[in-house]
Amino acid sequence: MLTVVIFLPLLAAAVLLAAPRLGGRAAIGVWVAASAADLALIGWMWWRFDPGEGASGVVDGLAYEVDLQWIPTVDAGYHVGVDGLSLPLLALTGVLFLACAIYSLREPDRPRTYAALFLFLQTACLGTFASLDLILFFVFFDLTIVGMYFVISGWGHGNARASALKFFLYTFIGSLALLVGFIGLFLGSDERTFDMVALAANPPLADSPVARGLVLLAIGLGLAVKTPLFPFHTWLPDAHTDAPAAGSAVLAGILLKLGTYGFVRIAMPILPEAWQRWAMVAVVVGVISVLWGAFVALAQTDVKRMIAYTSVNHMGYVLLGLGAAGLVASADEGARTVATVGAMYQMVSHGLLTGALFLLSGWLWSRGHTYAFDRWGGLARPAPVFAACLAVAAFGSLGLPGFSGFVAEFQVFTGALQATPVATLIAVVGILVTAGLFLLALQRLLTGDTTVPSHGPADGGEPVAPAGGTVTAVRAEPMTGVRDLRGHETASIVPLLVLALLLGILPGVLLEVIEPAAAAVVELVGR
Amino acid sequence: MSGGGEAWPALLPEALLLLGAVGGLLLGLWSPQHRQWRVRLLATVACLGSAGAAAVALPDPAQRIFEGTWVVDTATGVVRIVVALGVAVLLWLAAPSLAGHPRETEAYVLMLLGGLGAVALAASGDLLLLVAAYLLASVPLYALAGFAKESTGTEATMKYYLMGAFVGVLLLVGVAALVLASGTTGYSELAALLPGSSPALLAVGAVGVLAGVAFKAGSVPVHFWVPDVTAGTTPPVAAYLTTIPKIGAVAAAFRLLAEPFAALPVDVPLLVAVVAAASMTLGNLAAFAQTDVLRLLAYSTVSQVGYLFMVVAVAARTDLAVPALTIYLAGYAVTNIGAFAAVVAAPAARTITDWATAAARHKWLVVSLVVCLLGLVGTPPTAVFVGKLAVFAATWDGAMVWLVVVAAVNTVASLFYYLRWIAPAFVGVPAAPASAEGPVGTGPRTAAGTAQEVRRVPAVVLHAAAVASLVLGAWAGVWMGVTSGSV
Repeated sequence: MLTVVIFLPLLAAAVLLAAPRLGGRAAIGVWVAASAADLALIGWMWWRFDPGEGASGVVDGLAYEVDLQWIPTVDAGYHVGVDGLSLPLLALTGVLFLACAIYSLREPDRPRTYAALFLFLQTACLGTFASLDLILFFVFFDLTIVGMYFVISGWGHGNARASALKFFLYTFIGSLALLVGFIGLFLGSDERTFDMVALAANPPLADSPVARGLVLLAIGLGLAVKTPLFPFHTWLPDAHTDAPAAGSAVLAGILLKLGTYGFVRIAMPILPEAWQRWAMVAVVVGVISVLWGAFVALAQTDVKRMIAYTSVNHMGYVLLGLGAAGLVASADEGARTVATVGAMYQMVSHGLLTGALFLLSGWLWSRGHTYAFDRWGGLARPAPVFAACLAVAAFGSLGLPGFSGFVAEFQVFTGALQATPVATLIAVVGILVTAGLFLLALQRLLTGDTTVPSHGPADGGEPVAPAGGTVTAVRAEPMTGVRDLRGHETASIVPLLVLALLLGILPGVLLEVIEPAAAAVVELVGR
Repeated sequence: MSGGGEAWPALLPEALLLLGAVGGLLLGLWSPQHRQWRVRLLATVACLGSAGAAAVALPDPAQRIFEGTWVVDTATGVVRIVVALGVAVLLWLAAPSLAGHPRETEAYVLMLLGGLGAVALAASGDLLLLVAAYLLASVPLYALAGFAKESTGTEATMKYYLMGAFVGVLLLVGVAALVLASGTTGYSELAALLPGSSPALLAVGAVGVLAGVAFKAGSVPVHFWVPDVTAGTTPPVAAYLTTIPKIGAVAAAFRLLAEPFAALPVDVPLLVAVVAAASMTLGNLAAFAQTDVLRLLAYSTVSQVGYLFMVVAVAARTDLAVPALTIYLAGYAVTNIGAFAAVVAAPAARTITDWATAAARHKWLVVSLVVCLLGLVGTPPTAVFVGKLAVFAATWDGAMVWLVVVAAVNTVASLFYYLRWIAPAFVGVPAAPASAEGPVGTGPRTAAGTAQEVRRVPAVVLHAAAVASLVLGAWAGVWMGVTSGSV
C-alpha cells in the first residue's frame, strides 16, 4: 500500500517518458491524474490510520510497514512505514504536488519532461518521509536533490544554472555529512544495522559521549544545510529566486521539511543523550535563524527573495521547538511534548502557506518577468483575486489567529517558554518583524497607484528567456493592465489557503495524529 | 596447498580467455579482411564463457593452487567476472573504430591478453607471478594504446611505455628487497616471515611493489600517463585502459595489503591511505578545469582509484573490506565503461560543448549519461553509491575516519566537474558556445557541431551501462551476498 503510494508517481513519470508522442497538455493531464490518485491513496491511508493512545510511533505503532532486505551485509533494507510524524508530511507532499500539477497546466516549456521530473521528485519526497532505514532515507534524500537540480537548471530563469549548481553543491555537502553520520551510527550500534527503528529502540554509541557528539554534529550539519539554518542558508534565496514557481513551492514546501523531519525522525530518537547535551545549541541556532531570516527578509527588494528568507525564519521556530524538547532538565514532559507538536505543526503549516506564496509569486513573473517591489504597485484594482489570495497567504504566514501558522507558533512558544524563557522571548520578536514585513509587502504590491512593469526596449532589463533550447517568446502583455489569476492558478492556490485556514480553525484533525508520535519522540529523547 | 593436475580445472576461466586469444589469432589468419568480425565473435564467446565459468566457480571455497602461487577466492572470482564481461563489452565498443582495420584481429587478441593479465594480477599469490602478471597486463596495452598509429597515439604510447618500464624496475627492486628480507616469494610465507625483518628493507620492498601496482591502477603519484594516454589514444581503447587493468591492479593491491603486508613494522596501510587521499584529491582538482571530455574522464578515473585504495588500506583490518571491494569494483567498471561509451557515441565531439551539441537530439543518451556520471559521483541508487557506502563503512571500521572525511569532501568536489558536463548536455548549449569554451579543444574536428551523428553500438552500451548501474545498485544485496558468501 505505502509502496504503491511512493512509486505511483515514478511509474507515471516512466509512462510519460516512454510515450514521446504525448502532447504537452496530455502530459500535464497525466501528471495531475497521478498526483490526484496518489493523494487519494494517502487520504485513504490517513482514514485507516490509527494514531493510538498515549505515546505511539517511532519505535512502535507503525502502520503500513514493509521490511525487505536490500543489502544484508550491512543490514540495510527497504523498510518503510507510517506513523504520526510521517503521515502529515506525506499528506502535505500529496497536496502540494497536486497543487503544483494544477498550477503548471499551461506550462509551455517542455511540459512532458517537466511533469516527469516533478513526478520523480514526488516519489523521492514521499520515499524520504516514509523511510525507516537510514540508507533508504539517504537514497531518497539525495534523489530529491538531483531532481530539484534539474528543475532549477532546466526551467529556472535569471541565473538559473549558477543557482542550481550552488543548490546542488551545498545540499550535496550536507547529504554527505549526513552519510558520514549514518555510517557512524551503523558502526556504533550494537547489532550493526541501518534500521531506524532498531537504532531508536537501542541507541548506538552508548558508552562514548565524544563520538556521539561528533556523529550528531555530522548529522546536524547535513540536516541544517537542508533545513536551512543560519549560517548554512545562503543557497536558499538564489535557488528560490531562480527556480520556476512550482519548483520554489516544492523546494520550500517539501524539501526544507526533509531537514527538520530528519531532526525529529533520526537525530532526536537515535541520539537522545547527545540531543539533550546539545539541545541548547539547537535552540540558539533556531533563534538566530528566526531573527536573521526575519530581518534579512525585511531588507529585500525582491518579493521572492523575501519569501525565501521568511522560510529561514519559519524553520527557525521548528528548531526552537525541537531544541526545547531536548532540554529535559528544565522542563516537564508535557511542555516538551507541546513544543514538539508545535514544531511538527509548523512544518505542515509552513508547507501550505509558503507553497501558496511561491505560487502567487509565479503570477508576478508570468505577468511581468520581475519580482522587484518597485516595479509593481496597486495590484488590488486590476487583480482582485490575486490580491485577496496574497493577503490571505501573507496573514496566514505571519501567524494570524485562525490560521495554521498561529496554532503552530503558539504551541512552539508555549512549550519552549518553560525550558528557555529568554530564547523564546527573543524569538517572539521575530513574529513582530515578520508581521511588519508582510504588511509592508502587501502595502507595496497591492495599494497605491497601479504600476505594472512594461516590456520592450525601454525596459532596461534584458528579456529573460528560459535557459533551455526551446525559447518561448516573452509574451508582451498589453499596457492596459494585467490579467488576474487564471482558473488553474486559482484552483491550485485557493485549496492550499483553505487547508491552512481549516487547520487553523480545526487543529484537532492534525493534532490527534501528531500528538502520540510527538509524545513518543519526547519520551525517547528523555531516556 | 595443492599442486599438479587436479588444480587445472580451477583455471578454466583463464584458460578460456587464453584459448580465445590464440584461437582468435589463428582464425584471423584464415579470415579475409572483411570477415574479421568472426574473430570478434569468437573473442566475445570466449569472454562470456570465461565469465560464466568464473561465476559457477564463485561460491567454491577459496583455494591456492600451484604451490600457493595462484589464489582463487572471492576477489579473484569477482575480478574474473568483471574483467571478462568488461572486455566483452569493450570489444563491441571498439568494433566501429576497428572494423576494416588491417590489424583488426590483433587488436581483439591484445584486448583478451590484457584482460588475462588483469586477472593474473588479481590472482597472484606470489611476487614473481605478480611481476609476470604486471608484464602481461602492460605489454599488450602499449600496443593497443598506439594502435591507430597517429601522432598523438604514438606519443601517448611512448609515455605509457617509458613510465611502465621505469615503474617496472621499481617493482623488481621492491620484489628483490622483499626476497632479500625473507628469502621467499609466496604471500603466505612472506606474511609469516616479513614482520621480523629489517624495517628499512621492508619499506623499500613495500614501496617498490606498491608503486608497480599503483601504476597499473593509475593512482597518484604514478598517474601521469592516465590523462595523456586517455586523450591521445582512441576513446574505446581509453575506456579499456582505464577500466580493465585498474580492476586487476586494485585487487592485487588488496591482496598484498591483506596478506604479506598485513603485519609489517612499517605502517603500509597509512602509506596506502595517503596515496588514496592524494589520488582522489589531485584527480579531482585536475579535473576541474578540463573541457575535453576524455581528459575529464581520465582525471575522474584517477580520483576513483583513490576511493578504491581506501578499501585497500583497510584490507587487513575489517570484515567489511571484501564486500566493499567487490561491489565498488563492479560498479566502477560498469559506470566507467558507460561514461566512455558516451564519448564513443559521439566520436567527433571532444569538448563538453561539442558533446552536448551532438547529443542535443538524443534525449535518452543524455539521460543515460546523467545516470552514469551521477553514478560516478556516488548518487544513489546506483552501484557506485552502494560501493561508496560500503567503502566508507569499511574505512571507518578500519579506524581511518579522517580518510572517510577526505573522501566525502572529495565526493562533493567531484560533483562540480561532473555537473559541468551534465548541465550543458541537459539544458542544451546556448547559441554561441565557442567563445565560452575558449581555444582549448576547438580544433577542426569540432566545427561540424550540429551535423554530428551519434553511433548506434556505443549508445546501446551507454544505455546498458546506465541500466546495469541502477540494477546493480538495487540488487547490491544479492551481489554482495553472493560475493561474500564464500569468504
